[in-house]
Amino acid sequence: MPSPSPKTLIVLPAFNEAGSVSEVLREIAEVLPGIHCLVVNDGSTDDTRRHAIEAGATVLDLPFNLGVGGAMRAGFKFAVVHGYDNVVQIDADGQHDPRNVPALIDQLASADIVIGARFAGTGDYGARGPRLWAMIVLAKVISRISRVRLTDVTSGFKANGPRAVALFAEHFPAEYLGDTLEALVIAAGAGLRITQVPVAMRARQAGNPSHRPIKAAVYLGRACIALVFALMRPRLSIPAEGTR
Amino acid sequence: MSTGTYILGVVSALIALFTVVELLRRRRLRERHAVWWFAAALLALVLGVFPATLTWLAELLGVEVPTNLIFFVSIVILFLVNLQHSSELTGLEDKTRVLAEESALQKVRLERLEGRQHPPVDDSCPEP
Repeated sequence: MPSPSPKTLIVLPAFNEAGSVSEVLREIAEVLPGIHCLVVNDGSTDDTRRHAIEAGATVLDLPFNLGVGGAMRAGFKFAVVHGYDNVVQIDADGQHDPRNVPALIDQLASADIVIGARFAGTGDYGARGPRLWAMIVLAKVISRISRVRLTDVTSGFKANGPRAVALFAEHFPAEYLGDTLEALVIAAGAGLRITQVPVAMRARQAGNPSHRPIKAAVYLGRACIALVFALMRPRLSIPAEGTR
Repeated sequence: MSTGTYILGVVSALIALFTVVELLRRRRLRERHAVWWFAAALLALVLGVFPATLTWLAELLGVEVPTNLIFFVSIVILFLVNLQHSSELTGLEDKTRVLAEESALQKVRLERLEGRQHPPVDDSCPEP
């Protein structure tokens, strides 16, 4: 297995993840020795920062909570400022397996964004009822826009190539579901190539995913609204180098 | 209309107009936010002083009860002002977000310079 490029930055958006962040960082260091990790501390009120620094990561401290989208844009800006080519987004709650990172980065040779997809045949990630339907509908719509067959468009496990990093450092949306759906719509609109790699998802080390039907229905509604607005917005282009 | 209601209308309009002008004068209100309020207060003053204009306008537009015209215009103005505020709020949130990012990036730089955070070890000499 080739070791990932040294110019790859792993970004972990973290909001009150003191319980899992050290373990996640330790595992990344074990599987991908020498890779640089950035924990974007999204206004946590617990010990996330201390745990992350002790585990050897760089910590970008946001002064208040901006949400996953806000944290990720800060991470992309950090990557641009410090000259990283690729950014891999991994959740700090331990549901993404860092062993998949090399497979994601390999695909960056022919794509700008590689999604670690949960329903592509590997693993036993279970979603049922309205939540599953929502994910299928959203995947179909995004597949159509990006002209690639995607099965999981709400995954937070993604690798971004240099063109995606440049685009997202300026235009990564902070709105609800912006970090997944709208980001993909923006990327497709800017002409980036999107692809996916099947990954196995693990149980979160802390916290619980929502599976209650009412919550799932609300999720479906909000996702559809978010998607419609994302599609209505004017297209964005990748900012030219040296504009900042 | 009794003299009492006439005076009430004129005085309320004058108070509204005076408040807007005073806030503008003391720089507590920027012009672009004041435009709507100023227009509304001026309109109220004109209608307060010459109530006949309202009746005439309502007849012209085919509004049967003149007061309904007032309610309609008031609601439209309030709606537009609120919309403008929401839009400005969005702009402010965007700016706050950029400032938060910038301040976070500066903080890491400072902490690295002060030795409170360490830049990652170079890959040519990976950690054991």
